[in-house]
Amino acid sequence: MTQVQDLYETTVGLEIHVELSTASKMFCGCRVSFGGDPNTRTCPVCLGMPGSLPVPNEKAIEFTMKIGLALGCKIAEHSLFHRKNYFYPDMPKNYQISQYDSPLCHEGAVEISGDWGTHKVGITRVHLEEDTGKSIHIGGGGRIADSDYSLEDFNRAGTPLVEIVSEPDIRSADEARAFVTDLRATIEALGVSDVRMEEGSMRVDANVSVRLKGAKEFGAKVEVKNMNSIRSVVRALEYEEERQRKALDAGEMLVQETRHFDEKTGVTSSMRTKEYAFDYRYFPEPDMVPFEPAETWVGSIRESLPERPAARRARFAEEYGLGAKDVEVLTSSFKAAQWFEAAAAAYPGDAKKVVNWIIADLFGLLNEAGLELWESKIAPSQLANLVTLIDSGKISGKQAKLVLGGMFETGNDPEKVVAEKGLEQVSDAGAIEAVVDEVIAENADAAGKVRSGNLGTIGFLVGQVMKKSKGKANPQMVNELLRRKLS
Amino acid sequence: MSIDRKAVDHVARLARLDLSEVELDVMLTELQEILGHAEQIQALDLDGVEPMSHSVPMVNSMRPDEVKLSLTQEEALANAPEVEDHRFKVPRIMEDEG
Amino acid sequence: MTDLHWMSALELADALDAKDVSSREITEALVARGDALEERLGTFLHRTSERALEEADAADARRSAGEAKSRFDGIPVAYKDLFVTKGVPTTSGSKILKGFVPPYDATVVARSDAAGLPMLGKTNMDEFAMGSSTENSGYQKTRNPWDTERVPGGSSGGSAAAVAAGMTPWAWGTDTGGSIRQPASLCSLVGVKPTYGYVSRYGMIAFASSLDQAGPLTRTVADAAALLEIAAGHDAMDSTSIRDERPALLDGIDGGIEGLRIGVVKEFVGGGSDGVRAVTDEAYARLEKLGATLVEVSLPSFQHGIPAYYLVAPAECSSNLARFDGVRYGARVEADDIIKMTSRTRSEGFGAEVKRRIMLGTYALSAGYYDAYYGKAQKVRTLITQDLAKAYEKVDLIATPSSPTTAFKIGERTDDPLAMYLSDIFTVPVNLAGNAGISVPAGLAPDDGLPVGLQLIAKSLDEPTMFKAAYAFEQDLGFATSPEGRASI
Repeated sequence: MTQVQDLYETTVGLEIHVELSTASKMFCGCRVSFGGDPNTRTCPVCLGMPGSLPVPNEKAIEFTMKIGLALGCKIAEHSLFHRKNYFYPDMPKNYQISQYDSPLCHEGAVEISGDWGTHKVGITRVHLEEDTGKSIHIGGGGRIADSDYSLEDFNRAGTPLVEIVSEPDIRSADEARAFVTDLRATIEALGVSDVRMEEGSMRVDANVSVRLKGAKEFGAKVEVKNMNSIRSVVRALEYEEERQRKALDAGEMLVQETRHFDEKTGVTSSMRTKEYAFDYRYFPEPDMVPFEPAETWVGSIRESLPERPAARRARFAEEYGLGAKDVEVLTSSFKAAQWFEAAAAAYPGDAKKVVNWIIADLFGLLNEAGLELWESKIAPSQLANLVTLIDSGKISGKQAKLVLGGMFETGNDPEKVVAEKGLEQVSDAGAIEAVVDEVIAENADAAGKVRSGNLGTIGFLVGQVMKKSKGKANPQMVNELLRRKLS
Repeated sequence: MSIDRKAVDHVARLARLDLSEVELDVMLTELQEILGHAEQIQALDLDGVEPMSHSVPMVNSMRPDEVKLSLTQEEALANAPEVEDHRFKVPRIMEDEG
Repeated sequence: MTDLHWMSALELADALDAKDVSSREITEALVARGDALEERLGTFLHRTSERALEEADAADARRSAGEAKSRFDGIPVAYKDLFVTKGVPTTSGSKILKGFVPPYDATVVARSDAAGLPMLGKTNMDEFAMGSSTENSGYQKTRNPWDTERVPGGSSGGSAAAVAAGMTPWAWGTDTGGSIRQPASLCSLVGVKPTYGYVSRYGMIAFASSLDQAGPLTRTVADAAALLEIAAGHDAMDSTSIRDERPALLDGIDGGIEGLRIGVVKEFVGGGSDGVRAVTDEAYARLEKLGATLVEVSLPSFQHGIPAYYLVAPAECSSNLARFDGVRYGARVEADDIIKMTSRTRSEGFGAEVKRRIMLGTYALSAGYYDAYYGKAQKVRTLITQDLAKAYEKVDLIATPSSPTTAFKIGERTDDPLAMYLSDIFTVPVNLAGNAGISVPAGLAPDDGLPVGLQLIAKSLDEPTMFKAAYAFEQDLGFATSPEGRASI
């Protein structure tokens, strides 16, 4: 960091949209799913046909409250849906049913940690709304501004969409990364969304402003859109932070605006929207009655919540004695954590051994194949069995690496891979003894040195035995036999 | 709080109505008259009165998360003014400029 | 026997049951009546005569097999064009929906169909139900069968004129601020605006969602009860639909009004034209004679009903009508970008009144004006509801005229929106509070000889009391069931 940068401080607030994985849409019975033939999952309601009415999906309300509770929010005793009015051809009614001043959940907080320490990011609100359809722009290279015309598909229209708004408590791109990663793991653990940024089931917008340190007023708020991965969020925020700092250095006035992030160039550019377009004319949705969720309902959701990432991190450190790095790797995703815990549970010994195999060896294979831990063919219990095999002396650590490779390819049990590859260690004392005797006879000098107390030479003899047995002899037993015979 | 011509122009844009100058002028006069009639309620002191947005004393009206039959693609598109590639065709989209 | 086309639905049901007549004969008679009068009255936007006759044959077949769908299986009905009908053009009286053929049925239509009522067609209306004279239809004017120089009222004017002219025994209308009760009054019919949430709004093209309700237009109180029973009840497709059981209406309708307390509104005394006042004063006296006690009630907030209504309804309509954009259905005016296309489509597709209300509503909701207009109007609704609740502590029903005047001349109020809006002065507060109201024929005004309706207002879900009182009044007056009670056309 340079001196100049230290003059400024950055403030980031995030707005995250998450598509819920309910079976049916927010206000109608059409199936929720990604893609599909255009306009095959629509009905009068989600096509905004005259006379149709929205009836809210109970599961979507429940999922929203789940997210809210997991983020430490309060659940509103009285909540309303509002209409957000604006024209856009991907929005069938030309208003979006959303929430305005009485969201389902409000006032939560999330704890994030990193190199910069640990601190809290406030959650302003968590509310529920409906997603739009999808436009395809024809001509002009697919860019909206240059296109000749557009085509609308309403399969996605009406998918339940949760909006999570954070307080402007985030101070760097890296903090934003930690926040989004944590949020994604939390929602994934709840099982309420796929949270796939590439498919758009999780979308992140950021409000970024830079001001002189100690200034009372926030800087001009710039909204950055179109970040399609956590990596993009970091890149876009780093770019935007730098851009604003440079502008301030140059004495320029920053303006409140919306900027579009370009994945390819890593640059944000102004979307030049006019102010009066944002007169959304919110008013209470008359087609739906208010929500006053029963305390018993909220209570049962609260009880069903899985562990929060911060709590899980602490527990992993405590229960398994893992270092910070290992904890971070294993808790970055709920499914990874789940996978690890299943393996640890299936293994009777020190879970740290399992962690080592995951991090030192399995991750290498996964990275090469471009897979996540939970996507590999190896089941958690199979990895536990592999480590058990090593403990029992049936295979050596070196052999185990070969076995793991075989398991990774086939998904077979380690025992099967061992048998197929002929890797089983020879632990039959008689067979090993015969080889040991042969080696002692062939290496009288070395044997003599050991007899006279030079134990350092025993390693050479072990090596010879292993060589003769083509690596299958149990090195522990070879060692013991040599010591006994040469004492 | 009387409506002026500038507000009428703005509202016409918001409402996506392409009105002629004459229509906008007539609209201004009519809206002024109707809103003038509404002044009697603007004058009321209604602090502490809850707004009523629903006529039914009901809460929590929901449906179970069940998938129902959708329209066929043909039915969905049957009323469309213009269709291409099984999608609704619209002229060039201008970003929200009112 | 009376002409088939003047018989009530209940009389027709009895005749069908006694095998005195077939559904085909009834339907043919009504279709013929329509053929003879349609050109003069302009009641229908789309007639489905052939379909009605096919459905009548099917009903006859069911009846002879002992499998009638209901007591009224085979008695035809007409729908205001605001109800969407699967496979049958639906426009809500607007050019913007020209050519629209819905892929689904409104719940009211589906339930009427389930009871076996053949569909005669879709009736004319003020565009998107905005109006009190049916002159705002994007297609045609409808004439009052009592005097074809006059309006039938609106917005359900097509349905009202069709029933009043004997083209159908009953028809469905909708009422947002008086659109069933006011035309009922002007055409000497029974018209009911049920409690909000009593009948499903699914498939009713929304005008003002928090006020809209479907209801029957008929020539007798009992028919109104019967048609309402056919469609009433909870509907999972409408989340504002009341879940409670609907009490029986027809059963016990003749229970009388002995001991009922009926409120007469202090602020309305002297309201309405001389002719209307004369008839309604007589009506109040008749209610007293029948055993009810008249009690003066004060509803001071009612005077704010019209201004509140003309903020709430336009605000909701400005949002409800945003979907008519030329993208998914209906008319489109081609242009080279989406904003021009949508703006031109809407400007050409909507009529003057609709545009006026969209503008008014957009303004009332826009930044900086919400609290002063929409917010205030919603608070006035609370006041009206509270005033009514207070009144119901003293009375069971409230009586008022249905309309301040009798039917006015075509064109008389078209240039004065405000004067037109005042047509709903007695009916609007009922919608704002979500209560029930019925207009029942009270006779002819002494000055112009035109029909006058009496409105009875009931608290939410007290339809049974309202129907009992209306029935007792109708039977005692004997007007609606006499030849003088029918339009001579």
